[in-house]
Amino acid sequence: MTDASHDPVYVTEVLIAEDIDAYLDQHQHKTMLRFITCGSVDDGKSTLIGRLLYDSKMIFEDQLASLESESKKVGTQGQEIDFALLVDGLAAEREQGITIDVAYRFFSTEKRKFIVADCPGHEQYTRNMVTGASTADLAVILIDARKGVLVQTRRHSFLCHLLGIRNIVLAVNKLDLVGYDQVVFDAIVAEYSAFAKEIGIAAFTAMPISGFKGDNIIAPSENTPWYTGPPLLTHLETVELDTTRDAARPFRMPVQWVNRPNLDFRGFSGLIATGSVKPGDAVRVLPSGKTSTVKSIVTFDGELDEARAGQSVTICLDDEIDCSRGNVLAPADNPPQSADQFEATIVWMDDEPLLPGRAYWLKLATQTVSATVHEPKYQVNVNNMEHLAAKTLELNAIGVANIATDRPIIFEPYEHHRQLGGFIFVDKLSNATIAAGMIHFALRRSQNVHWQALEVSREKHAILKNQKPAVLWFTGLSGAGKSTIANLVEKKLHRMNRHTFLLDGDNVRHGLNRDLGFTDADRVENIRRVGEVAKLMADAGLVVIAAFISPFRAEREMVRKMLPTGEFIEIYVDTPLSVAEARDVKGLYKKARAGDLSNFTGLDSPYEAPEAPELRIDTMRLSTEQAAEQIVA
Amino acid sequence: MTRPLTHLERLEAESIHIMREVVAETQNPVMLYSVGKDSAVMLHLARKAFFPSPPPFPLLHVDTTWKFQEMYKLRAKAAKDAGMELLVYQNLEAKERGINPFDHGSLHTDMWKTEGLKQALDKYGFDAAFGGARRDEEKSRAKERIFSFRTASHGWDPKNQRPELWNLYNARKSARVGERGESIRVFPISNWTELDIWQYIHLEGIEIVPLYFSAMRPTVERDGMLLMVDDERFRLNPGEVPVERSIRFRTLGCYPLTGAVESEAATLPAIIQEMLLTTTSERQGRTIDKDEGGAGMEVKKQQGYF
Ligand SMILES: Nc1nc2c(ncn2[C@@H]2O[C@H](COP(=O)(O)OP(=O)(O)O)[C@@H](O)[C@H]2O)c(=O)[nH]1
Repeated sequence: MTDASHDPVYVTEVLIAEDIDAYLDQHQHKTMLRFITCGSVDDGKSTLIGRLLYDSKMIFEDQLASLESESKKVGTQGQEIDFALLVDGLAAEREQGITIDVAYRFFSTEKRKFIVADCPGHEQYTRNMVTGASTADLAVILIDARKGVLVQTRRHSFLCHLLGIRNIVLAVNKLDLVGYDQVVFDAIVAEYSAFAKEIGIAAFTAMPISGFKGDNIIAPSENTPWYTGPPLLTHLETVELDTTRDAARPFRMPVQWVNRPNLDFRGFSGLIATGSVKPGDAVRVLPSGKTSTVKSIVTFDGELDEARAGQSVTICLDDEIDCSRGNVLAPADNPPQSADQFEATIVWMDDEPLLPGRAYWLKLATQTVSATVHEPKYQVNVNNMEHLAAKTLELNAIGVANIATDRPIIFEPYEHHRQLGGFIFVDKLSNATIAAGMIHFALRRSQNVHWQALEVSREKHAILKNQKPAVLWFTGLSGAGKSTIANLVEKKLHRMNRHTFLLDGDNVRHGLNRDLGFTDADRVENIRRVGEVAKLMADAGLVVIAAFISPFRAEREMVRKMLPTGEFIEIYVDTPLSVAEARDVKGLYKKARAGDLSNFTGLDSPYEAPEAPELRIDTMRLSTEQAAEQIVA
Repeated sequence: MTRPLTHLERLEAESIHIMREVVAETQNPVMLYSVGKDSAVMLHLARKAFFPSPPPFPLLHVDTTWKFQEMYKLRAKAAKDAGMELLVYQNLEAKERGINPFDHGSLHTDMWKTEGLKQALDKYGFDAAFGGARRDEEKSRAKERIFSFRTASHGWDPKNQRPELWNLYNARKSARVGERGESIRVFPISNWTELDIWQYIHLEGIEIVPLYFSAMRPTVERDGMLLMVDDERFRLNPGEVPVERSIRFRTLGCYPLTGAVESEAATLPAIIQEMLLTTTSERQGRTIDKDEGGAGMEVKKQQGYF
């Protein structure tokens, strides 16, 4: 190895011991780089991270002692220290010997602090890699020099590129095992270059290293005289940061919170995503489009002359204009776009697959809206980048699809703007984060389709009919008695001079929805269309009676949200499965049991009972006549 | 071109962003305040995040009655300086049963801290609680999310945590009216290291408990640990006599459970210097981790300890 006085770690230690103030001054001015390490099992990822931590004194003696004892117990390196144990965290994983999640590690050098996202290489963990890559400025892609470019290498590179990581380091590891042979290195680099070009990676930095022996990690190695580039750590210390690039772009600040301590102060708090802002700058509030001038930039440490990307601030404006959470502040002459339909790449992260048409929460920056995904245009095979036809996306699948939001959102294409182009989907019932997405562009359609203001309002329609519009929504198992009760209800209302209309599941499937089957996705679309029709009829002033199995809670909630509060009346026709099956009016249960019908609700397709319906009809206790009476009353 | 932001400036901005997200997206947040150095930094960050408003949530100290006297002194002052309400919760059952660190070993932590925390969160109906845990502290924490979900019974399921992408946090949780629902623990200083914390305290002039600085204090040595005789409740073994030593603490908990280090470091730079040149990790001073072997903290977490 090189002599100690050149060893940066040694130099730092001397500085700490001899001049702590100088050291603190140095530490205070460090910048920060976040990176991700990717590699397949046994490529030497953990060893590399372990070495970086160890060399920068991030491992204490007690940790080292427990590491040594654990290495002997469960390690895979015989008597040697198994650095993988240092970077594996949870007990269950440790027993299984696999890393299944993203772990974050910290170390620093004289110039920078580093946060390393350590991601596993298994295929089923695409979701973890995507998570780790989403915050990284740089990716270290490890290759075992003996194995060359593997399927996993391609997959990791594709994902890093997809998540917009611009700095890619190709670390050809275990070079000691191939005799530090330049020919091996060059061949791997050539193969990778061809592949990188194919998927659109414009540039990458290749390095021959040995994490185990320490070649080209903190200092240039004597074993690779043919390599003239910097060692890994030097590269990490000097590569351009994303925040530096972000600061040079147009100003954007998503508003998180309105700060109103008293009537005299109103400030808009947020983390500046890109660009910079000064008092006196003309700004525009999106989506309202109102303009004003920055009065001051307020912080706990005093007002600022300028603030830029990466800072959390509170901005006060000259005018009293409306601005709230979810709005975006931007330069008056250079605002971002707004749209409600997009094409996007979606990474599915939940066990339950994507249901095209189902409404999910979409969170982008500080905006949360309801959104639906169309059937994917294609799915990407992450191993060879091939496009596959897809009707849905399952856990760890990546696909491209159109998305529609229920109101316009402020956005930028992801490739230009991570903060205003990246979003997550949240399931409305489980509240789980089920997918991540990256906006490509807005669909033109949304800019061209406008709402026509109608002069005869829904109120006027209702007044003329002398009634309050409503949607009586009957849900329950097939054969529960929905249609029968619904019919009786309509007859009674008709006699009472009410203007009604009955939408029946069977009938609708003969016309409007005859292109739909009984898969989960089709059932969602079935209800969405019926919901839209019911809404139009309610707008026309009618009392709509809808009788549909409508097995999923999420879709019934979707219809409820389409209508003004109080107009959706959910009526749960509660008949136990055994009873409905015994009645089997249409003979469907028999067919389904015989295997002639698939996806039959209650048998091989789920029914999610309402949790808080406006009305529950117990058909075991009430006759259909009594039930109808109760509803009309 | 302007200089790039330093790592501390970025960490500060990130923590502030997280705190604001929680305030914007939850109904009833609280900040857990343990009076230690990490809590001091958290409180300082909260004041920055909402300035000129005071932080729009209370501080909660889950007290064990066995903290150092100097901690109780700073607790009241810090809350007052920040203009925040301070809630102190003590587990009544632990109090009645006289649970203490001398007689009850790990039951002491279970009842006062783990149970006490659950009871306090239930009592006030908090749906989000800020905690000062850091990922560099301990292995199992390296994978902890910034928003960590707890079931209605405060359980933590390491297999079932939400992915966190970019800086988009999902704070949605199920809570039906009148029912105890899911809650979140939020760790705004996840990405800070111990060195970052000290440096920030130094740069920002944040007030911390004087016990972090060396001074002559009465001590006894037990099982290789230096314990401070903080008040008259300390039980001396036969033959034990408190000895004045120049000591300080790297971490603060219940005084009979917290080991001191012999040190001359009486200023922040000196403390940082000592920390950087030392060879044992921070949690060594606390006895909790050693409980159940390597997986100690993880088991505690599944039970609801912070
Ligand atoms: N293959 C299949 N067909 C179904 C299923 N459920 C209903 N059907 C058919 O679709 C028709 C309309 O269904 P729907 O409107 O949802 O329910 P209903 O009006 O309450 O019986 C039924 O009468 C059946 O002919 C099912 O689960 N699988």
